[in-house]
Amino acid sequence: MAQLAYWEAIRRAHDEEMAKDPMVIAMGEDIGVAGGTYKATSGLYDKYGADRVIDTPISENSYTGIGIGASMVGMRPIIEIMSINFALLALDTIVNAAAKIRYMSGGRVQCPVVIRTPGGTAHQLAAQHSARLARMFMSTSGLRVVTPRGPIDAYGMLKSAVRCNDPVIIIEHERMYNIKEEMPDTEFFRPLEGAEVVRKGDDITLIGYNYSVYLCLEAAKRLEKDGVSAEVVDLRSLKPIDRETIRRSIEKTHRVVIAEEDEAPVGVGAEIITGIIEDCFFALDAQPVRIHAADVPVPYNARLEKAAIPDVEDVYQGALKVLGKI
Amino acid sequence: MSNADKKRLLREMIFFRRFEDRTFEAYMERKIGGFLHLYSGQEAVATGVLEMARVGIGTKGDYVITGYRDHVHAMKAGAPPREVMAELYGKETGSSRGRGGSMHIFDPTANFMGGYALVGQPFPLAAGLALGVKHKKTDQIAICFLGDGANNQGTFHETMNMASVWDLPVLFVCENNLYAIGTHIDRSTAVRDQYKRMCAYNIEASQHDGMDLDIVMKAAKTAVDYVRNERKPYFIEFMTYRFRGHSMSDAKGYRTKEEEIEWEKRDPINVYKARLIKDGIITAADVKTMQDEIQHEIENDIIKFAEQSPEPDVADLNKFVLDDNPDPRWIGPLNK
Repeated sequence: MAQLAYWEAIRRAHDEEMAKDPMVIAMGEDIGVAGGTYKATSGLYDKYGADRVIDTPISENSYTGIGIGASMVGMRPIIEIMSINFALLALDTIVNAAAKIRYMSGGRVQCPVVIRTPGGTAHQLAAQHSARLARMFMSTSGLRVVTPRGPIDAYGMLKSAVRCNDPVIIIEHERMYNIKEEMPDTEFFRPLEGAEVVRKGDDITLIGYNYSVYLCLEAAKRLEKDGVSAEVVDLRSLKPIDRETIRRSIEKTHRVVIAEEDEAPVGVGAEIITGIIEDCFFALDAQPVRIHAADVPVPYNARLEKAAIPDVEDVYQGALKVLGKI
Repeated sequence: MSNADKKRLLREMIFFRRFEDRTFEAYMERKIGGFLHLYSGQEAVATGVLEMARVGIGTKGDYVITGYRDHVHAMKAGAPPREVMAELYGKETGSSRGRGGSMHIFDPTANFMGGYALVGQPFPLAAGLALGVKHKKTDQIAICFLGDGANNQGTFHETMNMASVWDLPVLFVCENNLYAIGTHIDRSTAVRDQYKRMCAYNIEASQHDGMDLDIVMKAAKTAVDYVRNERKPYFIEFMTYRFRGHSMSDAKGYRTKEEEIEWEKRDPINVYKARLIKDGIITAADVKTMQDEIQHEIENDIIKFAEQSPEPDVADLNKFVLDDNPDPRWIGPLNK
């Protein structure tokens, strides 16, 4: 066992998969010689060379498209897009090509490509570096969208994504790269599908994904002091969504808060709550609450930024509301 | 080239023209839906370039990719015409199992990696095919056919830059038919000669008459050999003309009848046919026989196959979205 940071876990997954399979390559801006903006590919250039750890020009749509093209002939590219804001430039090749090629070829051509990109607000990065966009990718047929919350999933899900035959979008978060976890030294995999109950509880279910899982866990600690037992569910995968795990939790707790960093309306929470209503409406004892970002471009000013995105207090207050305590 | 090969090439071009004309008829009968973009007039380009490449030998051959005017490229690359027609009819036996249609013909068994509707999207995909080839160290190349209209997309510039920097074995074939849908190149593009744009990317480039099969083949051989031997990109431009509109809904109001007549005088099939007759390789009677055989083949084999093939089962609607047989070790789910 060793303590590994999120970025180190990603690097380890790259390293192991590249060592095992010569068809695995890494591509992205500054990932090679410079080691990657978040160090997630540091050292790999020296180990695997410029042909397998490819520094790209600042051309998101086309280097992503080149990775997709390479995946069509058996390569297993792991593409890093430095910020999910920049992934918007690559939407054509991701949404119109990668997501649709298997279908529109009648299953005859596949695109086993992995696209890693951090979304979310960090430290006053302002509107053009703070997008979330999970909701955009999870609305696209033909993609898998996953949101590893910690090093264990960051490592195990990246390894699974490389081996999976579908295009996988891995949404990371700027504020998670230095989060640490104890990890086994031996190789393991974490499946791409399935939500995870990360804290057991009986009175209320708090649902999060990506960074908002931590907001839910902190809110659960505060609720515990109030004598409330909160269960926390990490969605892990936004496409497909594990509705079964959500249903089982709500049939136990009868109350739910969904915390997302995406903006509402038309967010992850809307989809989760719709699923709950369809699957277990009569198990609910109170109306669900969604905690989400304000419907504004993310502001630069620190106070405004804080006000625009959900925090632990917001999730805690949301829980109190569902519990009928406010 | 043997006389038999010359006759075969003439037959192929006549076949492609008749195939496209027949899809037009089927479209008018509403047997084919969606958008339909026909290649008539440009046959010498796909026929000539791919004749000089390695096609029709399955997955060891060169990779071919193009836009939505893709029927002829697919067939010359090796996709069975029956399956291409069945695809246009939306049948389960089609190249893409009826899921793609006219604009999305795929045949990976022939290394034909698709037709795409987003203008300019195949540029990076083609470079990606070439990246795969480079990585596997085979002597295959990737060939990307697109029109002049695609060259004003960002992907054109981005991809040329990367193809050059990374020495990717990809041949870009620009079929300059002078119109981006219905806008003349002089009204949309700063330079008419597209090959000149390659100086910005340090890519070898040349421009040729695309209406004369012999000229196309000679130029294509040089280009294909360059990419195959030097392992670098090449951009080859052919000046050509589509005889029909951009798609079925196009009334061609943006160009003059005089211009069309001028280009029709250079019909690549007539040019090549006249040369073979003049050289004593074929007679006018032979051509008539050839046309009758083609007509018979298309009606009694290809159209019949498309008509009689089953449609996809609605129960299979959700097939092919993701891998239908995923490995549970990677997919899970976590809680099972």
